[in-house]
Amino acid sequence: MNKAPTVELKLPILKNMELVATQTSEVVSKHMSLTDEQSGEISMALIEACINAFEHSETKNEVYIHFIISDDELTIKVIDKGKGFDASKIKIPEIENKINTNERKRGWGLMLIKELMDSVDFESDHTGTTLTMVKKKDNNE
Amino acid sequence: MSKVTQTNSIENVVVIATEGYLNKDLGEEIQQIAQKHIDEGSKIFLINLKDSKIVNSIGASILIELIEQLQDIDGQLVFCDLAPIIEKTFKIMGLTKYCTVYPSQEEAIKELS
Repeated sequence: MNKAPTVELKLPILKNMELVATQTSEVVSKHMSLTDEQSGEISMALIEACINAFEHSETKNEVYIHFIISDDELTIKVIDKGKGFDASKIKIPEIENKINTNERKRGWGLMLIKELMDSVDFESDHTGTTLTMVKKKDNNE
Repeated sequence: MSKVTQTNSIENVVVIATEGYLNKDLGEEIQQIAQKHIDEGSKIFLINLKDSKIVNSIGASILIELIEQLQDIDGQLVFCDLAPIIEKTFKIMGLTKYCTVYPSQEEAIKELS
């Protein structure tokens, strides 16, 4: 069986480096004939995934991104070697709880990724986190 | 490069136009400019994002702070010319429950002034 075509990026932890990932995702989306809407959703999800990896993992090393291309879907893996996180401690944010309260205004990343992609999964422990997200080519939602 | 490209007052509306990535830096720049106008008595702000095609949640979170600040003075924050993915992001986050989105600056000004 042939290995799925894969584009691999290694991003240093530098300001706005997530935009390098979105430029790559745009090229991959175009190659796969995804719609502009799908491409925008992937870019937005990727930005949030990169920011999470850059900021919350507290890794000093690079973040790796794999774009795995298949006929019917694009799978993106965002891999960091940071401290990991406990998903059970992540609250689903609601704007009503953030306006006129002392709750911090941030914390939207994972929710946005889940809303924008067709599936999201992650494996995380003290050695790092791999976030896997999928955009299906034909989505009849 | 992300920046505020123009700030002007039309009727009673302060219009802030941007270009580039709406990230933390651009969000803070918008907030600083808005603060200056709030201090001078302005209450209605229109952010024109025609030339900003991409956003992140940190930039958007700073706009939530501005919504909150304007609520305290019975002010209003509205947007125009949003790229589809920015409008979708604002909708998912709930910003559109608090801010009207107009298709163009002209329509927004006509409605607000």
